Amino acid sequence: MSQPTLSMDVRKAGDRTSIVDIKGDVTSGSEDVLMEAYGQASADQARCIMLNFSGLEYMNSGGIGLLVTLVVRANRQHQRILAFGLNEHYTQIFELTRLDDAIGIHDTEGDAMAAAGA
Amino acid sequence: MTSTNPPVNEGPELRLGDGPTPEVISEEEIHEEVKPPEVSARDAANWAKSVSRLSVSDAPADAVNLNVTGRRVMSPIQGFGKMWQKTYRVELANCESTPSEIITVWKENFSKFWPERNRFFGPLTGIAPGEVALLNLTMPGRLKLSTGVLVLYADEESFTLMTPQGHMFAGWITFSSFEKSGSPVAQAQVLMRSNDPMYEIGLSLGGHKKEDEFWEHTLSSLASYLGAGGEVDTQVICVDKKRQWSKATNIWHNAAIRSSIYSMGTPFRMIAKPFRRT
Repeated sequence: MSQPTLSMDVRKAGDRTSIVDIKGDVTSGSEDVLMEAYGQASADQARCIMLNFSGLEYMNSGGIGLLVTLVVRANRQHQRILAFGLNEHYTQIFELTRLDDAIGIHDTEGDAMAAAGA
Repeated sequence: MTSTNPPVNEGPELRLGDGPTPEVISEEEIHEEVKPPEVSARDAANWAKSVSRLSVSDAPADAVNLNVTGRRVMSPIQGFGKMWQKTYRVELANCESTPSEIITVWKENFSKFWPERNRFFGPLTGIAPGEVALLNLTMPGRLKLSTGVLVLYADEESFTLMTPQGHMFAGWITFSSFEKSGSPVAQAQVLMRSNDPMYEIGLSLGGHKKEDEFWEHTLSSLASYLGAGGEVDTQVICVDKKRQWSKATNIWHNAAIRSSIYSMGTPFRMIAKPFRRT
């Protein structure tokens, strides 16, 4: 099984908001990278975590499953998860899998920041 | 730590003084205009097209087509009970098939590997993204349950089925094959919550055990079919212990209750059949 390429960079975007820039492939093999990024993003008691999908190249159902578990962890910590930078294809997949019930989808970082109130 | 910049299209060369003084755009305005590029994703053909409600076309004559048409699919986020991730895995020792060959066999013979008295009516076109299959299952106490699944995702080495409203659980099952330590492995992984309080009680009173046996049987049958031995390894993780009480009203769509009511009405439908207009 070939190893998928994925990198996630975390940056602060306000007192209680972090942004995770996702670049590459999100699959079931991405768990360690995603959870490490989530851990970094949650430092300093972040209340809102924004996922930047503009660098997303590929995602399969295993990747969607990982996002569901991320939502569960965030709910436990009373954190909001927002997403931006999804192209039309992945926006449809979020709607199809009903992830959009739990993750607010926004077109741009600016829109997501406004929704987060950051 | 830097943000992702959008691709810059190279246009004709511009020189200072060529035209009118350009309007000054603030950094905020630039920020607002940045949108993701619309690219054709390489996984586009692997996913089902977005559907708001399921529909079944050309149901086989011997299938009970109940609790599927008009239903929405359910992810674990919309489910009621504790959230579980269950992984069933068998190492296919002495099997020379590649993961994609194993998945092809699995897709083509999907229902053959199921335990007796449980039927999967797959689409005639095979397991492909967006197709809907009917399930006629036998529950404990010989209770019949009619429901279905949507083929959410399918590629050469995996496929995923997602459940509709009324199914025992809200979530999906991913069937995959991959190489591990030089041997092919077949795996079924369930990410689920029970759909409503009644199913949650049923799962805790032996339903989980039945489900484990179901998928262990399936993987053992697949291994035998491929001429490979191997014991099924089962790993169960409780991802979320919380029950989502706001989703208790999912019971309205409960396929077990609706299937039972349908079964009770069978004698009346048989009596009424000759008098029905065609």
